[in-house]
Amino acid sequence: MVEPGLSVDALTVVRGGRVILTDLSFDVAPGEALLVRGPNGAGKSSLLMALAGLLDPEAGRIAHAKPDPEAPVHAHIHYVAQTPAIKSGLSVHENLRFWADVFGARGADIASALNRAGLGRLDGIDAGLLSTGQTRRLALARLVAVPRSLWLLDEPTNALDASGAAWVADLVSAHLAGGGMAVIATHLDVPLVGAVKTLTLDRGRV
Amino acid sequence: MTGFFAVIGRDLRLGLRQGGDLLTLVLFFVIVGVLMPFAVGPDKTLLARLAPAIVWVAALLAQLLSHDRLFRTDFEDGSLVLFRHAALPLEAIVAAKLIAHWLLTCLPLIVATPVLALVLGMDGPAFRLAALSLVLGTPALAGFGAIGAAVTVGLKRGGLVAPVLVLPLSLPVLIFGTGAFDVARLGGSSQALLLLAALSLLSMVLAPFAAALALKISGE
Repeated sequence: MVEPGLSVDALTVVRGGRVILTDLSFDVAPGEALLVRGPNGAGKSSLLMALAGLLDPEAGRIAHAKPDPEAPVHAHIHYVAQTPAIKSGLSVHENLRFWADVFGARGADIASALNRAGLGRLDGIDAGLLSTGQTRRLALARLVAVPRSLWLLDEPTNALDASGAAWVADLVSAHLAGGGMAVIATHLDVPLVGAVKTLTLDRGRV
Repeated sequence: MTGFFAVIGRDLRLGLRQGGDLLTLVLFFVIVGVLMPFAVGPDKTLLARLAPAIVWVAALLAQLLSHDRLFRTDFEDGSLVLFRHAALPLEAIVAAKLIAHWLLTCLPLIVATPVLALVLGMDGPAFRLAALSLVLGTPALAGFGAIGAAVTVGLKRGGLVAPVLVLPLSLPVLIFGTGAFDVARLGGSSQALLLLAALSLLSMVLAPFAAALALKISGE
């Protein structure tokens, strides 16, 4: 029985002919968060994409030890990128309902997830009318609606106000307390409670 | 299966709520058909003979217009990336999107066929055959179009490249679609219709896999 966790060994990622990440190794255990820091262009987003399985590593290995060995790797990952994947033309509720259905969480409690994201009163309005920060909250509400063990968050507090950033910190802390894992690319301070490791990247190296 | 139907439902909802696109497509289809009598002249027998070809070319052109929207918005707002982490495979999602796409862009054309039949002076049997050949043939057009749209989704001006990719693939559909009317040349319309249906089945089975592969590559 493998301990559910994430382990990366000598990862090298090449994108568009350029070496983005070189020889990167780290482990994330259950209940642990990894903050990925570094200046713009350091390779933070590429690292998350590689962990999410969107970029094939040039060399090295990414091993996901999953809680459920039968399920495919991607079904235990939440990846929240800069693009929110929220449709205007659908209501706030319909947007979240759709992703819960697609992510296989049929009985998800959409209303309470929206409440926790601070969008409870906006339930029925067109998601195209939301502000940038509210759209971000809606994108993050997927984390609440659909439980998954590994969260890959790319600048989760972008466009959020102070209370939004605090909400994200609480959310991640609660996730860690429940035995979840998170890899968070950020250049801001996220006040997390729990086991937090930091990885500082500079031009693709630690 | 919930996810599969959720994708169909979402795309239908989005398509119907932004109804302008749908109407434009149908109008384009009708206008292309209406242009022909003006170009050919008021020769009724000639028009009636050309009618099947005109209906099919109009349908093909209208289809080409609609392919780009199949994946483009999902690509731009990040939905395609999230589909990779869905509980169902990307191929199933593409298949669901394809079904919704056919319902949104091909069905309205078939419903609008009587208008063209009227303008082009088609008689009853010819009109019924035209509608039947469209029902059997348009899934193939949608399938090939989906492959073209998936290959070009990463290109900024992909909307222009996709038709060039898709048109040669659509040629057999056009040949058998109009061939259904040409009893002398293809020896009976039922054979052309069967081939048309075979093309549609083939493309509906292969397109989700080919398009999903193309989408995975363009996501990098």
